[in-house]
Amino acid sequence: MRTILKVDSLVKKFGGLTAVSNVSLQLKEDELVALIGPNGAGKTTVFNLLTGVISQTSGTIRFREKEDLISLNNKKAYQIASLGCARTFQNIRLFKNMTVLDNVLVAMTNQYKEGFLKSIFRFPSFYRTEDEILKKARDLLAIFDLDKDMYKLASNLPYGIQRRLEIVRGLAMQPKILFLDEPAAGMNPEETADLTRLIRKIQKQFHITVLLIEHDMSLVMNLAERIYVLDQGKMLAEGTPSEIQQNKAVIKAYLGEEG
Amino acid sequence: MNVLKANFKYNLCWFIIMITGFYLMNTLIMVGMIDSFIENMLVTIWINIILAVGLNLIIGFAGQFSLGHAGFMAIGAYTTAIITQKTVSIGGFYVSFIVGMIIAVVAALIVGIPTLRLRGDYLAIATMGAAEIIRIIINNMKITNGPAGMFNIPQFATWPIVYVIMCITTIITVNFINSRGGRVIKSVREDEIAAEAMGINTTKWKLAAFVLGAVTAAIAGSLHASYLQTIAPNDFGIMESISILIIVVLGGVGSVTGTFLAAVVLGILDTVLQDFGTLRMVIYAAALVLLMVFKPSGLLGTWEFSIRRLFNHIKRRSV
Repeated sequence: MRTILKVDSLVKKFGGLTAVSNVSLQLKEDELVALIGPNGAGKTTVFNLLTGVISQTSGTIRFREKEDLISLNNKKAYQIASLGCARTFQNIRLFKNMTVLDNVLVAMTNQYKEGFLKSIFRFPSFYRTEDEILKKARDLLAIFDLDKDMYKLASNLPYGIQRRLEIVRGLAMQPKILFLDEPAAGMNPEETADLTRLIRKIQKQFHITVLLIEHDMSLVMNLAERIYVLDQGKMLAEGTPSEIQQNKAVIKAYLGEEG
Repeated sequence: MNVLKANFKYNLCWFIIMITGFYLMNTLIMVGMIDSFIENMLVTIWINIILAVGLNLIIGFAGQFSLGHAGFMAIGAYTTAIITQKTVSIGGFYVSFIVGMIIAVVAALIVGIPTLRLRGDYLAIATMGAAEIIRIIINNMKITNGPAGMFNIPQFATWPIVYVIMCITTIITVNFINSRGGRVIKSVREDEIAAEAMGINTTKWKLAAFVLGAVTAAIAGSLHASYLQTIAPNDFGIMESISILIIVVLGGVGSVTGTFLAAVVLGILDTVLQDFGTLRMVIYAAALVLLMVFKPSGLLGTWEFSIRRLFNHIKRRSV
């Protein structure tokens, strides 16, 4: 399997505070990797760096584009997204006053073209493109049982479904990597179990790389093929779930030193 | 092909409504039920509709709070005034129309590129300042006849022209809102960071909405100048921007139907209250305050009238 994302010695300083120091990581195609760490370890900062929401102080991020790894340095968030990096947010960021269907259609924006003149004068080809993309969006929603809520406003959905819609919206972008920022936050055990199944299903059906930040250890240990542990902005450990569970440094970071 | 047929039906309905409106107006004038006073009121309402629909696109759909609409209106008005005074012909009028739109696009780009990075109230102040700059430039130029303004502008914008152009600009704006571009600008309004994460160049789309809104303002300005035949820089001050904003807010931010309704209600209110002299502004203001207290989202909120929904509703009723 080829490397799809390669991060080398990433550093981010906010004034005098080093939020992320010297972090390196690699993702392979079709892999499900988790990024864990105690509160304030810098996990979300790493996510924001990877998706271009903020820019790094130093270090490189490279992303596979066909045969080459291209640098994402100095690329804007929307450019990185168009290359194939979809993400969800820790505190859900749906387009609240738009319908479920419109949320997904917005994510598909870069997959179809409607000329300005064609759309304002309603050429027949406008209706054809519109119909095609609607069908595509509906099919995607149907896979995740969201088609019955298609015309509801996103803000009227229950919390768990909003989380699901945010993930589906990310998938609608046809990404190569999906970044999930605490997808199980605020969920009860039952909803978490649903989510675990959902993420498995996504991986199987869509063949994409998933990187997730999570606090819920049952979810992480169940799902992840590999785990990175971040503590105080530094990469503490890397390994399979069982390796991480045995790792002394990780236990110390989470539970403190003995006696 | 079924899609085309269904949509053709809805579009035909709208077309019939517009034609009916036109002939209704025509007959009423011929019968004498609409005198020049009422005609004047109606044309003012229509021009306000063009202005407010454009501003609603910027504020309600793209979520960018602009207070500079009157500036772009002034550009259209003065372009038409200057060109039609030089070449008195209907051709000159249409040319002035196009030229006004082009200047408005350029001005909107110059204003929009630096200011659309700002958010909320900062953007409002910046656009207000830009409109003031436009007004002051006009105030100090020779070709615009300075603060005295321009008069004896040849009248080419008769009521049928204003009516047709109002219909066209509304169709264009509504069609834009209900297409890929419209969904994108709404997503930018809802959450810029999330839109950015969907691969959307938010700056580009905000600018697109801003420019489209500015163009409609220029169109309305051209019609205003040509219909009223007199303009002065003070017609396009901050108060004009605010009165357009009032129409948008009153009708419902994000509802084109609401904009129509509010423009009509305010237009009639304005005319009816003319007999009250200075008291008129007090009553007008009180009516607005009351409405905002009891219906803060405006008359219609974000509700839109849709023929498709009406049809579906009737079908369900009959089944």
